[in-house]
This record gives sequence, structure tokens and C-alpha cells, in this order.
Amino acid sequence: MIDRRKPVFLERQTYRRHRLIDASRLVPLAGAFLFFVPLLWEYKVVAPDEQGFLAERMVYLFAVWFGLVVLAARIAARLRPEDFDRDHEVDVDPDSRDRG
Amino acid sequence: MGQHVLLIEDEPNIIEAIRFFLSRDGWKVSCHSDGASAVAEVARVSPDVVVLDVMLPNRSGFDILKDLRADPATQATPVLMLTAKGQTKDRERAAHLGTSAFMTKPFSNADLREMLRSLIQA
Amino acid sequence: MLPYNILVEVCVIYAALLFGVAFLAERRAKRGKLSWLRSPLVYTLSLSIYCTAWTFYGAVGYAARSGLEFLTIYLGPTLVMVGWWWVLRKLVRIGRRQRITSVADLISSRYGKSAVLGGVVTCLMVVATTPYIALQLQSVTLSFGVFARPAPEGLAMPTQSVTTIWVAIGLTVFTVLFGTRNLDANERHHGVVTAIAVEALVKLAALLAVGAFVVWGIASGPSEIMARINASPIAKVPADGSRWFALIFLSGAAFLCLPRMFQVLVVENEDERHLATASWAFPLYMALMSLFVLPIAVMGLAVLPAGSNPDLFVLTLPLSMDRNALAMLAFLGGFSSATSMVVVASIALSTMVSNHLVMPLWLGFRRGGASMSGDVRQLVLMSRRLSIAGVLALGYTYYRISGGGEALAAIGLISFVGVVQVLPAMIGGIFWRGATRIGAAAGILSGFAIWLYTLFLPSFGPDVLLSAALLDHGPGGFGWLTPQALFGLGNLDPVVHAVMWSLVMNTTAFLVGSLASFPRPLERLQGAQIVNVFDYSTGRHGWARSFVEAEDLLVMSQRIFGPREAQALFLTEALAQGKDGYLPDPTPEFIDRLERELAGSVGAATAHAMIGQIVTGASVSVQDLMAVADETAQIMEYSSQLETKSQELARTARQLRDANQKLTALSVQKDAFLSQISHELRTPMTSIRAFSEILMSEADLTDADKDRYSRIIHDEALRLTRLLDALLDLNVLEHGQATFRPETVVLRDMIDRAILSTSGVRSAQPITIVRNDASEAVILHTDVDRLSQVFINLIANARKYCVAPQARLTIRVVRVDGQTAIDFIDNGAGIPIVSQGLIFEKFSRLSDQSAAGGAGLGLAICREIMVRLGGSVSYLPGQGGAAFRVLLPQTAIIRAA
Repeated sequence: MIDRRKPVFLERQTYRRHRLIDASRLVPLAGAFLFFVPLLWEYKVVAPDEQGFLAERMVYLFAVWFGLVVLAARIAARLRPEDFDRDHEVDVDPDSRDRG
Repeated sequence: MGQHVLLIEDEPNIIEAIRFFLSRDGWKVSCHSDGASAVAEVARVSPDVVVLDVMLPNRSGFDILKDLRADPATQATPVLMLTAKGQTKDRERAAHLGTSAFMTKPFSNADLREMLRSLIQA
Repeated sequence: MLPYNILVEVCVIYAALLFGVAFLAERRAKRGKLSWLRSPLVYTLSLSIYCTAWTFYGAVGYAARSGLEFLTIYLGPTLVMVGWWWVLRKLVRIGRRQRITSVADLISSRYGKSAVLGGVVTCLMVVATTPYIALQLQSVTLSFGVFARPAPEGLAMPTQSVTTIWVAIGLTVFTVLFGTRNLDANERHHGVVTAIAVEALVKLAALLAVGAFVVWGIASGPSEIMARINASPIAKVPADGSRWFALIFLSGAAFLCLPRMFQVLVVENEDERHLATASWAFPLYMALMSLFVLPIAVMGLAVLPAGSNPDLFVLTLPLSMDRNALAMLAFLGGFSSATSMVVVASIALSTMVSNHLVMPLWLGFRRGGASMSGDVRQLVLMSRRLSIAGVLALGYTYYRISGGGEALAAIGLISFVGVVQVLPAMIGGIFWRGATRIGAAAGILSGFAIWLYTLFLPSFGPDVLLSAALLDHGPGGFGWLTPQALFGLGNLDPVVHAVMWSLVMNTTAFLVGSLASFPRPLERLQGAQIVNVFDYSTGRHGWARSFVEAEDLLVMSQRIFGPREAQALFLTEALAQGKDGYLPDPTPEFIDRLERELAGSVGAATAHAMIGQIVTGASVSVQDLMAVADETAQIMEYSSQLETKSQELARTARQLRDANQKLTALSVQKDAFLSQISHELRTPMTSIRAFSEILMSEADLTDADKDRYSRIIHDEALRLTRLLDALLDLNVLEHGQATFRPETVVLRDMIDRAILSTSGVRSAQPITIVRNDASEAVILHTDVDRLSQVFINLIANARKYCVAPQARLTIRVVRVDGQTAIDFIDNGAGIPIVSQGLIFEKFSRLSDQSAAGGAGLGLAICREIMVRLGGSVSYLPGQGGAAFRVLLPQTAIIRAA
């Protein structure tokens, strides 16, 4: 008979792949936080003779934006075809999936 | 007056033979062929002795014996068991269930007659 | 300024180019050359239909009015894309696995293939998307108007509405041509997608070119732009935190729910792995599209005369600097944005309208006529084409009614809030198995209603659809029902107000409805399959838990297939399972197979209902049947290797189990054999001994008694002899020592003789024998005595044991797989399944009562005889009584009937 038990520890490669996917899941959370930073900015009516900070704020947002792009691209480049079949919740060795 | 024997047996020829020679000896012979209603028949007829075959239609002789021994009314009635199988296993089982005597077919008419007599006197 | 006719010419040439691209792509796809058509790049670029004319023109206007807030529209989708592992991956997988064709289809499938839900979602999507299409038509028209100036020698410039009509007609033609080529939405629209990818490049290039021109052409570089931004009036606009939050959420949600986005994201997806590329490439695309928006807005406000429409700065800035080529590129960019959105949106909407409104209604009108498949196919294509025209006509009508003067961004947001009403049902549906149809319908309808009331209807302005009094003071003076200030929340921005109330009510209704209602079986099945889409092994709910008698199934199958086919099917299956006889174990696989076979005869629905009745004892709805069909597809995808292995194991296990059972039974029988033979011999001996003793010892016997007792002794002696003969006979047969003397004979005569020789059998009542003379005209060459012995035994058994009120024995000759068989079927109580495997064993009688005649050796002898003759005799279950089949050896038959 085939052993149905799932291995307790995954081998190093598989472990790395799981953490890669965890990272992929974390990217939007980090992005959301950084994109909501503007909620904390001071929005007062700027007097006609004062300068605003609009340009700096724009630069901040675009910096976060491009940062997310780079991060997502690096993760996407490391994914392998078999990673696409992995379930959300279950942290199992891909080889043991078929036995379940 | 002759004693009353109830013969519980399903093979017609054997019934006829036993009935013939026991009647001649002055026995009163009743017959019954069905296993399921045998216990009720014993209670109804209340014979002095019962001759009980093991292989009966609908119910085995062992089961009937067990019921007879469980009922206070029939508990004391002597029972002679007859079997055509004749294995030790059957003999032990019958003894365990409380049969008074045990005979294997084919039997000698004289032996059966003697056995019944001794059962009634005991 | 460009003359109008040149503008028209450029447009026509550009459109022709797109037609060409789409045509070439379709042709390549048809030839199977899909290499670059299937690249992740094309997928990413096709997503760019998110950036419509609203982005291309509207974003600059939005920025000029509200500063950085325009970015929220792209930040939401960016988060959804980089977070693809959460939702998009699952949506795409579900879309592929369940062959989803649209948002309405997803919602409908998830909630038990509910036609009503599909229709509701379709209506919602049509209502919410129409203004958006109107917006695109308006932007193209507007750009024409601003851009072109009537040239004295050229065409006379037509009115705006005429331009709009021509644009709408051109888009309809393109969409119908490339959008309704094939019926199956899973065969993707390669032509359209490729054309859209080209348009995506054009609009990106145009906006970057205009941006670069503004930064380095008008201004001196980034630093000057930064300074100008901070000095501009835009920097002094106070921002609204609630809008920032709400709009990021809204745009992210709309990105998933918009029909056109669902079309390109899920339906047109070729390969799930493209998502990984798009997850970063599409945010990059949107960032590049947004990069120069604020600089263009700031420079436009600074350079152009006061009062210029900021929505058109992208065009008017280059024009004011006499950069006609750049302006032309910008115009084409805007044109691309509008057309690509309209094309995909109308394809997506037409699929929904035709699948969820037209087809259900049509099928409802002509019930029972749906069997003509060719007919339906044409109808679907036609209804899609008409739907496309209808959607564009609606957009045009909305454009005419609304007057087209409003700020572009406002319409876009109204539309977003509308489509987002499917979000709770969609997300809840793919992550929560407890979501039900009732909940989904309650959520969508309440959200839809609140959206109409608080945002859509008021958007037409006071006294158009809602009276000014109602807008200001609520219906009938109930202030707390004022459309844009429900329950007194009047301080909120109208869009935030509508998003909040509609989604809060929507989600609440969805959750409460789901918790309070009970899903139908199909809903639960679909829910499980969709929520657990990554987990193949669930979703298998065949007939696994059933406890069913194979005999019942055989009885039913015989009624439908006729006995021969049914028995052949069962026999094959039993052999495959490694079992003897006609009754295989009713495994789920076998029941599935049987159902498929039945479906071929009586139709799937009936077959399922019949099997369901036997297996579960309950009636089964047609919906279960649909679910089963889905499951079958799932099971087939399920690793076939695993399947084969487990089947093999199951077969071996079954063989072992059977063998073990048989051995145990045989060993019990061996034990019983000795005591049986003892009993069989001793019983007649008892009579013999008893009567011979009577004869010997009793002196005064009458002659009649003597005579009678001698006869009994004689009869019992004969009985003993018969028994010994049978035992010896069996022994000879079993050890292959019997000799056979073949003769040629007609089967009919043999049966005649067998019936005759059993006429003396002691039986409770007379039996009627039913025969078919014609079929018995078979000429045999075999050992007539031995075969007769078998017939006599079977007929005598029927005479002895058939206890029906009107006993009847049917003898029929049938052909089974090219062999001739004779069935002996009575209408008595039959033989219980537990005994069927043992009746051919020695001394296996069913009860002692039946000991009347034989010694329990008859069937054992029959079997041995048939084996020696090269045929077989077996018990035939499911005939409504005891039934035996004698299969004649092929070699014995000289001429068949």
C-alpha cells in the first residue's frame, strides 16, 4: 500500500517554493498598506501663497507602484508550472497530492 | 393403564413403525411432525415421555429441548432424543441441554422399548 | 487644425488595419499557429481594455479637478493583479474547469445553475454597462468635434450625433464579424484579442508621446514639471480620505466584476501561467498610462486658455502647439481606447444576454422542441449578433438621452458601483460553501436597488427621472429616505455614500439569506466543486454510499435492454470484477456505467431517475442528473492511472474475498457432508430395521400388515440404492471417468421426454409448462441420456418446489452470445441470493422440508454433467422465480432453430 501520511518536513526546495507563494500572497497586503498611507496625510486647504506637496506625493505613489511591479515580477519569474496547482490552504508536498 | 408417549418425528415410515410396536405393548402413542409447534404440543398433551428427533422441519430438536427444559411445566418430562447423524458432537450437545437419554438411528425396537420403560420408572 | 475629411480617412485606414490584424490572427489560429497569439504579452495587453477613453481623456480631466485621486482607479486593479494568488488564480481555474462564459454564468453555475440568477445578473450588467458604452461613444464624438474643423474644400462636417451613429455602426460590424465567429465561448476570440493588443500598444504609445512632449517639449524637464505641479491650483484642492479609500476598493472590485474584464481575464485566458506575467506587467502598463497624467493636466491648465475642457487636454495641448502628427497619434490613442472597450464589452454582454435571457425564454416558449441541435446553434449565433447591436443601440440611446455633457469620470464611477454589486455573491461563492442561491439573489437585488436609487437615477440630475423635491427631501417628505443621504448620512460624497450603503446592504442580505436558507442538491454540489476547485478528489459524489442489490438493478435493466443484453452486461462486469455468475458488486463505477448505458436507451434524465430510485430509494430530480454529468467530466480528468490501480486492487481484493468466502463455505460443507451422508443413509435404514424387527418378532400380524411392511422395507431399500447410485454417479463424473455416447436428437423431443418422465414426481399441485415449439427445433449431437438427466432434474425441481398459487414453468430457448441456451424459469419464490452460490454444491438443500425426494445431489450432478458435455448450467437471478440456464456446448449443435 501507498503511505498516505503527509511528510512532516518538506525538503528544502519545496520549502522554498511554499515561502515564495507566501510572499506572493503578502505583496498585495503590503501594497494596500502603502497605498493607504495617503489617508494619513494632512489635507488642509492650502493658502494661495503657499506651496503644496503634490509632486512629492505623486513621486511616492509611483515609487510604491513600481516597487510592487518589480516585486511581483521577481516572484513570477521564480514560479514553476507545478506551483499553479497548489491549493490555497493546504501546505502539502506536491508529490503527495495525488495520493490523498 | 399404559403410559403416554409423544413421538416428535417427521419421517412417516419411522412414525408408523414406532407407533405399531409401542401400541402393541399397551402404550398410548401421540405423534407430531412439525418442529415449530412441538413445544406447545408437549404442553398440550403432557405425555409421560417424549421421543424427539433432531432433524425436524422448521425447528431443530435441540432448540425444542432447550425450551422444554426452560418451562417448569415440562421441565421434568423425560425426553429421549433420536438422531440419524450419530456424531459425538450431537450426543454431547443433547446431554448438555438436559436430555434424559440419547439413541442413534437405526435402533433396535427392543432397545427403544427398554429405554422408554426405564425413563418412566426413573 | 486638421480638415475633417483627413481625420475620417485616417480613422478608416486605422480601422481597416485593425480588421486586417484581427483577420490574420483568426486565420493563424484556425491553422493552429498560435505561438505568439498565446503569449502572456498578448494576454497582458488585452487586459488594457480596463483603460478606456475614460482613462485616456478622462484621467487628465479628473486630475485637473481632484489631483491625485484619479490614481485610485488604477491602484485598486494593481492590488488585485499583484494579489493574483488570492482571487484571480481561483477565478481563472474555475472559469476553465467549469467552462464559464461570463460573470452571469459564473454566478448562475455556482448557485445551482440558477436561470433566474443568471438573468438578474445579466440585467444588472446591461444597465450598469450601458452608460459606460455611451461614455465611449461620447468621447469619440467629442474628440472628433474638438479636433476637426470644417475645411472649405472638404466634406461638410456632419453634426455630432451623425458621427456617433457611424461610430456605433462601425463598432457593431467589427464586433459581429470577429466576436460571433464561433459559438463556444471557450474557443477564444483570437482576432479580437489580437486587435485589442495592438490598440493597447497604440494608446500607450500615444499617451507616453504626449507626456514626453509636455515634459520635455513644453516644459524643460522633470524638475520644472515638479515645481509647476506644486505651484498649480491642483495642489490646492483639498483631498477626501473617504473617497481615496472607497475608490481604491471600488476599482479593485470592479476590475473583477466588469463583464469586459471578466471576458479578457477569465474567458479569453489561454493558460493560467499567463496570470503570473500579467500580475506585474499589467500594473506596469497602468503605471505608465498614469505617469504623465498629472503633468499634462498641470501644463494644460497653465498653457491653454481658461475655460478649456480639461477632459480634452491630451488632444488640445499638442494642437495648440501645432503638433498635428502628435495630436493625430493622441486622437488614435483615444479612438483605440474607446473602440476596444466597446467591442469587448458588447461581446461579453451579448454572451450573457443570449445565454441568460434569450435562450431560457426561447426554450420556455417552445418546450420540447430543443432537440433540433442545428436549429439552436443558428439561433444562438443570431441572438448574439442581435444582442451586440442591441447593446450598442442602448449605449447610443443613453448617450442621446443624457445629453452627453457631463464630466466623463462621473459616469465611469456610477457604472463601477453598479457592476460591483455582484462582488459579494461572486467572492462569497468561490470561497464559502455555505453561500446559497437565495442569499446571492437577495444580495444582488438589494444592492442593485440601492444603487439605482442612490446613484444611478439621481445621476440624470433633478427632475429628469427623480423629481428635485424627492432628491432634496426624500420620497413623501421622509427625509431619511433621501436618495443621496440615506438615514441622514448627508455629509458623505454621493459615490462613497452609494458604495457604502449598497455593499453593506448587499453583503448583509447575502449573508443572512445564505445562513437562513437551505441549498438545493445541485447548489451544494456546484458549491463544493467551485470552492474546492484545486482539490480534485472532492467533488466525487457518485453513488458511493449506496447499498443496493445487484439483482434489483438487473431486474430493472432487463426491462429496458431486454434480458439478453442486460445479462451480457452484468456478466461482463462480474467477470471484470473477478466474480462468478451474473451479479457483480454494485460498485459506484458499475452503477455509473449502467446509468450511461441506460441513458442511451431511455435518455439521461430517466436513466438517472431510475437508478436513483433503486440506489437511494428516493426520487431524483433532473438537476441531480446535470450534476452527475459534471462529475463524470471531473472524474475523467482525475488521474486515470490512480483509477486503474485502485480498480486492480479492488478486483484482487474482491477475488480474494470471494475465494475466502467460498473456502469457508466449502469447509463448513465438508463438515456437514459426513453428518449429511450419515443422515441420508441412516434414515431409510431406521425404517428397514424397525419393520424387519416387527416382522421377525411380532407373531400375530395380519397379511395386510405383513404385505405393507415388506413394501416399506423394499421402498426404503430402493431409496438407499438410489442414493448410493447418485453418489457413485457424481464420483464418476467428478473424476472424469464417465463415458459419453453422443447421439443426434431434436431438442424438442428431449424436453418432451423429460417432462413426461417427471410427471410422477410428488408435487403439491399441478404445474403449467409454457414452451415455444418453434424455438425448440434445434438438432443436437450429444449424450442424450446425460442431457436428459439434467432436464429431468430441473423440471422435477420446479414441480417439487414451485409453490406459486398457479405454478408455471417456462422453458425457452434463447441465443446468448452466439450460444444456445435453455432457460427453465418458474414463478415460485426463487432462491435467496445467499444460497445462489451454493445450490450446485453437494447436499446443499435449502431446507429439510425439501428433502422429500432427492438427496440434494441433483444439481451437483447436473453441473458435473454440463461441464463434461462442454456446456454449463447456472442460476439466473432476477427472473421473478427460480431460474436455471443450461448453456449448450457450441459443438453439440448441428442445426439451430
